[in-house]
Amino acid sequence: MTEITAALAPTDSKARRRRRWLSRRRSIFIGGLLVGLVLLAAILAPLLSPADPYEQVLSDALLPPSWEHPFGTDDNGRDLLARVLYGARLSLLEVVVGVGLAVLVGVPLGLAAGTIGGLVDQVIMWTMDVLFAFPGVVLAILIVSILGPGLFNLLIAIAIFSVPVYARLMRNVALGLKSMDYVEAARALGASTPRIMFDHILRNALGPVIVQSTLTAGTVVLSAASLSFLGMGAQPPMPEWGAMMSDGRNYLGVNIYMSLFPGLAIMLTVLGFNILGDGLRDLLDPRS
Amino acid sequence: MPTYLLKKLVTLPLILLGVSLLVFVALRALPGDPARLMAGPEAPQEAVDAMRVRLGLDDPLPLQYLRFAGSALGGDLGTSIRSGRPVTVEIAERLPKTISLALVAYGIAISVGLSAGMAAAINRNRWPDQLTMLFAIAGASIANFWLALLAMNYFAVELGWLPLMGSGSWKHYIMPAITLAVMPTAVIARMTRASMIEVVGQDYIRTARAKGLPERVVMRKHALRNALVPIVTIIGLNFGSMLGGAVVTESVFNWPGLGRLLVDSVRFRDYPTVQGVTLVAVTAVVMMNFLAEMLIAAINPRIRFD
Repeated sequence: MTEITAALAPTDSKARRRRRWLSRRRSIFIGGLLVGLVLLAAILAPLLSPADPYEQVLSDALLPPSWEHPFGTDDNGRDLLARVLYGARLSLLEVVVGVGLAVLVGVPLGLAAGTIGGLVDQVIMWTMDVLFAFPGVVLAILIVSILGPGLFNLLIAIAIFSVPVYARLMRNVALGLKSMDYVEAARALGASTPRIMFDHILRNALGPVIVQSTLTAGTVVLSAASLSFLGMGAQPPMPEWGAMMSDGRNYLGVNIYMSLFPGLAIMLTVLGFNILGDGLRDLLDPRS
Repeated sequence: MPTYLLKKLVTLPLILLGVSLLVFVALRALPGDPARLMAGPEAPQEAVDAMRVRLGLDDPLPLQYLRFAGSALGGDLGTSIRSGRPVTVEIAERLPKTISLALVAYGIAISVGLSAGMAAAINRNRWPDQLTMLFAIAGASIANFWLALLAMNYFAVELGWLPLMGSGSWKHYIMPAITLAVMPTAVIARMTRASMIEVVGQDYIRTARAKGLPERVVMRKHALRNALVPIVTIIGLNFGSMLGGAVVTESVFNWPGLGRLLVDSVRFRDYPTVQGVTLVAVTAVVMMNFLAEMLIAAINPRIRFD
């Protein structure tokens, strides 16, 4: 009934569909552009940086932006532009490690839960529900308090709280596909369970997993920065954006640039991943 | 409804069991000897051994867990290493601070988010909509401690309008509450917009308009009321991320709540407090989510969370 009225409604005119087609690609374009900029900054950091990000020139401490130091300098006289640029490398590393670990663990778990079912499904999903009950930051703090502070330990913690997202997603995809005709046909032809898992289910899950990974990337950058800011992630003198702002916090009213520029970089990066993820979701998964 | 309710009532204790197991295992997995940690680095070996017996660390693990869970249920979360006081007392002192801050932030988020989302849905594809969506997507991408630092720099240090840190007067609430509210405001605005747009396309809205009701009444009475269900859901389910945000916000503003207690306890390696705060916070989140789901199921029997 609702489908009929939706189809008849004048809102779905050709011009409107065209506009939507454009706006979806606009999201992907804008988001992709921002992420591309961060990637470019990470790759070209050595070329674009006016100075070494670790070199301390104490006589030049806490300078405001100038031609020589476009973003100014920090409390140790290090060039802030160089540190923000090198920070892009760390942030992308965070995304690759954080999202990568979560996908590597979450996807097989969800796949197993969805295709095998029964007790395996129940135990896996119970574990995921327990992890999911924790607010991400709180779980990460608990894990870091055990493993000790440090960027890599923090990324393990962030990956752990992202695992349930992928497990749930993968399980839903698997459950949806399991009863599809072509999967049943494959089973009737004698395909083994592993073969069905990989050839028929996993391949079709690629789209949703890519969308989710893009959206998780933003969360990973934000969480890693937050926890580094609290001193539980990247340690000085690493040019991690959150850790840089942790230094900047001591110079409020003296030099705001130490906090301003790393925060701007975080915003542009997360914004890029979020817009890109929204666009990809609209494109690859029109239902939601 | 009965089977759904029953299923939920069975899973709730199972989740809480898992949460307590995880928190318990986390403390056991600590590097080093917990007895040595509690007795202090300079304590003689006899004192450490006595501490081990007193803490029951010689017993088998399942027994230790049962004792931990039993005393937690009875309201005993152990003793803080840092202050030497019961962890429950530490938590009880900080809890009202976190709750009051969260309530003010929720108030801001709901009033701003709801109005912005409504304005966006009513003026779809025009500037109020574009502005709201821009804010919604930017608000979800900003590090709240960045906003906090900028606000502290301008409004507290340079202009001197607001207190920099701490709590006490109503002025102390302004910056932390707004910082904490940004993320949920963005989420609520987005959800309200989407929900309103969907409801406005329904037949009964056309009927209400056709019978000549003023647009304002249609929007407020017919559209918003029905659009509220997913909005209430999202508010309930957002409680967890609100608590997560409070951890960072409280630390920046030196707000004496649970979040800062957690961060300080990690720094001082005060593991019983870390354990206790985590357990209390996660239990609160699980209960809030459960209540939100129950409320929604009661309002709208068609909705199920599976």
